[in-house]
Amino acid sequence: MSNLMSGAKILLECLAREGVDLMFGYPGGVTLPFYDSLYDHEIKHILVRHEENACFAAEGYSRATGKVGVCCATSGPGATNLVTGLVDAMMDSIPIVAITGQVTSKLIGSDAFQEADTFGITRSCTKHNYLVKNIQELPGIIHEAFYIASTGRPGPVLVDIPKDVFQAQGHYKPVDSIHLPGYKLVTEGHSGQIRRAAQMIWEAKRPYVYAGGGIVASGSHAELAELVEMIDAPAVCTLMGLGSLSSSHPNFVSMPGMHGSYAANMGMSGADLLIALGVRFDDRVTGRLAAFAPHAKVIHVDVDPAEVGKNRNPDLPIVGDLSKVMPKLNKAVAELKPTMGEQNAASRKAWWAQIREWQAENPLTPQFSTEEIKPQHLMAEIDRLSGGEAIVTSDVGQHQMWAAQFIRFHHPRLWINSGGLGAMGFGLPAAIGAQFARPDKLVFAIAGDGGFQMSIPELATIASHQLPIKIIIMNNGYLGMVRQWQELFYNNRLSSVTLDCFPEAETLAKAYGFKGRTIERPSQLTAALEEAVREPGPYLLNVRVSPTDNVYPMVPAGGAINEMVLGAPQPVAVPGR
Amino acid sequence: MIQVISILLENKTGALLRVTGLLSARGYNIDSLTVARTLDPGLSRMTIGVDVEPHLRRQVIKQMNKLVNVLQATDLSDGPAVTREMVLLRVRAAMESRTAILKEAEIFQARVVDSSLEGFAIEATGDAEKMDEFIDVMRSYGEIEVTRSGVVAVSLEAKKLRLSPPIPTGAEAKSKSSNGVLNA
Repeated sequence: MSNLMSGAKILLECLAREGVDLMFGYPGGVTLPFYDSLYDHEIKHILVRHEENACFAAEGYSRATGKVGVCCATSGPGATNLVTGLVDAMMDSIPIVAITGQVTSKLIGSDAFQEADTFGITRSCTKHNYLVKNIQELPGIIHEAFYIASTGRPGPVLVDIPKDVFQAQGHYKPVDSIHLPGYKLVTEGHSGQIRRAAQMIWEAKRPYVYAGGGIVASGSHAELAELVEMIDAPAVCTLMGLGSLSSSHPNFVSMPGMHGSYAANMGMSGADLLIALGVRFDDRVTGRLAAFAPHAKVIHVDVDPAEVGKNRNPDLPIVGDLSKVMPKLNKAVAELKPTMGEQNAASRKAWWAQIREWQAENPLTPQFSTEEIKPQHLMAEIDRLSGGEAIVTSDVGQHQMWAAQFIRFHHPRLWINSGGLGAMGFGLPAAIGAQFARPDKLVFAIAGDGGFQMSIPELATIASHQLPIKIIIMNNGYLGMVRQWQELFYNNRLSSVTLDCFPEAETLAKAYGFKGRTIERPSQLTAALEEAVREPGPYLLNVRVSPTDNVYPMVPAGGAINEMVLGAPQPVAVPGR
Repeated sequence: MIQVISILLENKTGALLRVTGLLSARGYNIDSLTVARTLDPGLSRMTIGVDVEPHLRRQVIKQMNKLVNVLQATDLSDGPAVTREMVLLRVRAAMESRTAILKEAEIFQARVVDSSLEGFAIEATGDAEKMDEFIDVMRSYGEIEVTRSGVVAVSLEAKKLRLSPPIPTGAEAKSKSSNGVLNA
């Protein structure tokens, strides 16, 4: 029969059927049959320089588009190198399908060359995973993997495929349906609860919208703006939700949490109603949970039932997909507006006045100096060039927080960072994925001098595809966030945080065949960034910033979020309303 | 207090590990675990006794229900349920106490499954507390060796099993899952 195909070809067939046109990976011994079939297949494969970055790049691709990102690694070390990326995708709910090769079935369990128990290792860092036992079950598993990864609360799914399954021949017939009886999705949201939510929203005197990554994942940003405008409530976006409401929206306060703005955190503490949409009450947002939003009733909408009530017990839980719930909620809110819309108008006006007062009291203001480049100055300049429209990726640490504080995002899927896991070395490979996904977009990859040195190998990937990524290194010569904590909480005993050696950027970039430069004077900053943006190819800009700046405001670990350290290292306690 | 959880799950490689891994990842110690296939050989019924703080119990059940291979996880600690455990016990008994042991066994409705010069092998079932008592009583007669089955339980309430229907793949599926996708 003409449809006799190898497992490798069947896999490609299934990937194509799922709409995959691009994947990131690194070949090896047991994936040889797959890469042989890939050789003349239309799916484009991007060879990265380390498997971890294959997963990060797939995440960047997914985060920039909402599509499922695909990565591939060989057995053993290839698969174990994927682990950090998988956990990252798990923590931030990013749909990824990871394909790994496994040693031939009959060798499994024999400590064969490059064998690792990938199925066991990745069980707890994936939404689901599979070990394919024969070619017959391969197509169904691939479609299941994509379905599970992309539906409900998205996440990574790994499919481990032994070499003999790639090589086996089977009659391929496209699978027309899959059956996952135990995979229960609650999407619609309880209509009675939604009506009650609308009522609570109008009854509130100090409503506050707390929007997160769920808005981005569900594509409900337009509905979010509609709700915020209809009820004219102040709104904050979490680190994962930045851009879900435009940073330039008049109702946008800023980001809440450990390094959130004074106004955003005071608002949380003063609100009498939190409208929590696609958030998980993460410890970096709530601070000490018992003291978080003490006066607020909580409406919590999330697609994952296990998130509702996990950290904060909501007064009104709604389990459902925001793309389904938001239109209904907006409709219910609109219906009640004529009768209830004005009942708390005076209190709400006072609430806005209070928010504006907090904003004026301690605004997030970039610092400038004529002597040295302030990190905030750098972010403000990137913001100016981006105008809220560029894709910005980051690692974790001080540069990430300053970027989140000072760079505006007018749309979702522009701000791409490792939120929940906080993985160094994420930003650069994620930028590769994002630039492939959005070739039309200006992409800034912001990294610290620490994280950048974890992703240097990918300069080769960037160079070989001439990706016009603007790599901006916020170089303060330290592992800055760790230094900040050592300074504040460990008597300034700076233990193993000094990065005293850093490659000369111009030479490094030149070694890969593109342009690079180091700057250290504030007067050079604007021109250097503009030159980087003008450059049609990649650009490496190493910005020596003031070495000892700390990120403020700061809520010390375990503190209440209205007890922020605002700049000087003495805590400013402000009682909640 | 031990939380008793009843789980209906697909009889697939690794399914057991997913359930137990979920508990160990949160640092919970499993007190007992039984698993066997159901009338449908594709499914297994698992009963777990696990030490979970009361306020986290609902969270554990929710997390278990999220596992793809789990069809239903139910907390049997609160609702009406019957729990039973089986004990197989060997007791070394002196000649003069043999009659007394048999009498005690009768009180616990236990069955003697082997008798030898050294003593008896006895099978008993009951709830966990009763089995504790049984073991304590037998210990008073001499050296014992005990194997416990772990708790099995059945809910006395019929809980509706909600299963997901088959899902079409290909183009139709794609249009359904395109939420939030740019450039689709």
